[in-house]
Amino acid sequence: MTDVSISTTPSAPDRAKRVSLISSDARTEKRKSAERRFRMYGIAGIATGIFFLIVLLVSIVSSGTGAFQQTFINASVYLDPSKLDKNGNRAIEDLRKVSTFGYTPLIQQAVFDKLEQNGIETPLQKRGDMKALISASAAAQVRDVVLANPDLIGETVDFRILASSRVDGYLKGRVQREDVARDKNIDAEHLDLVDALVPLGIIEKTFNIDFITGADASESRAEAAGIGVAMIGSFFMMLVVLVLSLPIGVAASIYLEEFAPKNRWTDLIEVNIANLAAVPSIVFGILGLAVFIQFMHLPQSAPLVGGLVLTLMTLPTIIISTRASLKAVPPSIRDAALGVGASKMQSVFHHVLPLAAPGILTGTIIGLAQALGETAPLLLIGMVGFIASNAPDGIASGLLDPNSAMPAQIYEWAKRADPAFYERAWGGIIILLGFLISMNTLAVILRRRFERRW
Amino acid sequence: MNDMRILERDVDAQAIKISAKNVQVFYGDNHAIKDVNVDIQDKTVTAFIGPSGCGKSTFLRCLNRMNDTIDVCRVEGDISIDGEDIYDKRVDPVQLRAKVGMVFQKPNPFPKSIYDNVSYGPRIHGLARTKADLDVIVEQSLRRAAIWDEVKDRLGAPGTGLSGGQQQRLCIARAVATQPEVLLMDEPCSALDPIATAQVEELIDELRQNYSVVIVTHSMQQAARVSQKTAFFHLGNLVEYGETGTIFTNPEDPRTESYITGRIG
Repeated sequence: MTDVSISTTPSAPDRAKRVSLISSDARTEKRKSAERRFRMYGIAGIATGIFFLIVLLVSIVSSGTGAFQQTFINASVYLDPSKLDKNGNRAIEDLRKVSTFGYTPLIQQAVFDKLEQNGIETPLQKRGDMKALISASAAAQVRDVVLANPDLIGETVDFRILASSRVDGYLKGRVQREDVARDKNIDAEHLDLVDALVPLGIIEKTFNIDFITGADASESRAEAAGIGVAMIGSFFMMLVVLVLSLPIGVAASIYLEEFAPKNRWTDLIEVNIANLAAVPSIVFGILGLAVFIQFMHLPQSAPLVGGLVLTLMTLPTIIISTRASLKAVPPSIRDAALGVGASKMQSVFHHVLPLAAPGILTGTIIGLAQALGETAPLLLIGMVGFIASNAPDGIASGLLDPNSAMPAQIYEWAKRADPAFYERAWGGIIILLGFLISMNTLAVILRRRFERRW
Repeated sequence: MNDMRILERDVDAQAIKISAKNVQVFYGDNHAIKDVNVDIQDKTVTAFIGPSGCGKSTFLRCLNRMNDTIDVCRVEGDISIDGEDIYDKRVDPVQLRAKVGMVFQKPNPFPKSIYDNVSYGPRIHGLARTKADLDVIVEQSLRRAAIWDEVKDRLGAPGTGLSGGQQQRLCIARAVATQPEVLLMDEPCSALDPIATAQVEELIDELRQNYSVVIVTHSMQQAARVSQKTAFFHLGNLVEYGETGTIFTNPEDPRTESYITGRIG
């Protein structure tokens, strides 16, 4: 009371000291500059973040786009019956006996013929010299076509043959002429040849769909490697994660949030769930190895096991976000439901859960995105299977067949020696990031769409 | 002693709906309601008044066992509706709450359509066999809550889009739709403007025809306007209970007099 009366009736000397509102005093100036400084720090922080983000994106895109293009050699291969089908009866068993070694000379000959037809002069006068231009996978490529259609034997068929990774690298600027001197795989003469063949359209660089749909390839044939099979592995794992972690996570959160008594045990469980979310993922990997593979004898490298391990890892994330969104539902809604005689369960499932659904959905998608990019636990359970067969094989029995996953595949490629694999690793990163961005966008859209409709 | 006086006066005119004997409520160690005895009559509006924190809302929530949802809350004593102990082990609180409807302080319609708000109760209690039955119940309830004319053209519109007063009447309609025998109202007008308050008060008076209404209110004027019986709570005790007119004009207890004249509260 007394304070108020003093301040509302200032004494005469106080009035004399009044300052102008137009010119600010020293204190105000100080406050203002403190605020300006704080803003500067904030802007500087954000600018640093954006700078590194741009550097990251630019380097990923510039290093990775190469993987989406591939160099091919257009050649007409004469499928010589005397080499491919000695008995002449086109029996599939006999054709299968001819390995890729039987096809390699034919392909080399085809490329060699192209040189002669176009009158290109080169010091490379042997058919075998063409080996450096052609991918080691080319023979298998031709063989697959022949086995699928034996009637082609004896004819000259146009093929788009994979060029070797060095030729590919030369066209993409990855391989320089200076480097070739130290390279046993290719000589300067080969590069001259490539320079001559490109304008003729015999060697061309085109979009490489096989990188997106194809399977991994061995160390020496980077040009044939694709991420498609690993994508399928990741897809199966995500399926397992979604099917297991969403219902388990939501059920656990509903129980903890709505039904469980609040006592020491539930507190303990709560703390442990929060801690589990912070456990390094490799710990989940070794847990999966011990429990699922060594104890339960599930197959190694199987997406089922990968999915189970990632489920363990994703569950805490989903439980925490689900509980947060359940908590955000106003208690008046629960009261209202109980007030008209709904049971606890009816009030949860009819009213609380629908209101919490957008939050749960977002949390789940973020959890899935996290699981999609997880590598460490997959290494421990062997989800780095080398699968060189193309997509259709092994899809049907997908869950138990050995497979790889996208991040594990990228890690594998990054480990390998050939710089062509390095390029593919960046390309894989682009695809992985594409998936993550679209999942996060989906989460944002779903949240906007369903959140608090009225 | 209050009980005796009331029984003498009204026992032949009106039946006792709710009877509370020696009710004690504890929140953990806190003794919130101390030894409350009260008989609430059928087809009457009973007002609970008293200063904040005196336990009137707590006691109200005992009458439909809403306090069950609070872990630390413990209720002792007997509360019976039509002679049946509602804290008996065999009583399902879900059934009880269908019989004893409740309207809350803040309007809390479900974020669904007006129709769904009202039809939810009847639906979960299986009161309607067909869609047509349900339509009838919804219309009746909305009419009883004096809101039918305002919403009949937009039953599909969200209940949360109505004004505060309309929302509260919608909540009353929702409570009425389960065909309760008792309506509990916990400060139903505290979030409403004077016009909406007047509408709801008028409605409470009409609801008296069919239900026993118990209303908790902070406003003594409101208690005087709508109720026939008034109970004054102070610090967890039921200080005085009697005819509203008597309480306001000729209170027996000095505490009641202090409160209604504004000296405590």
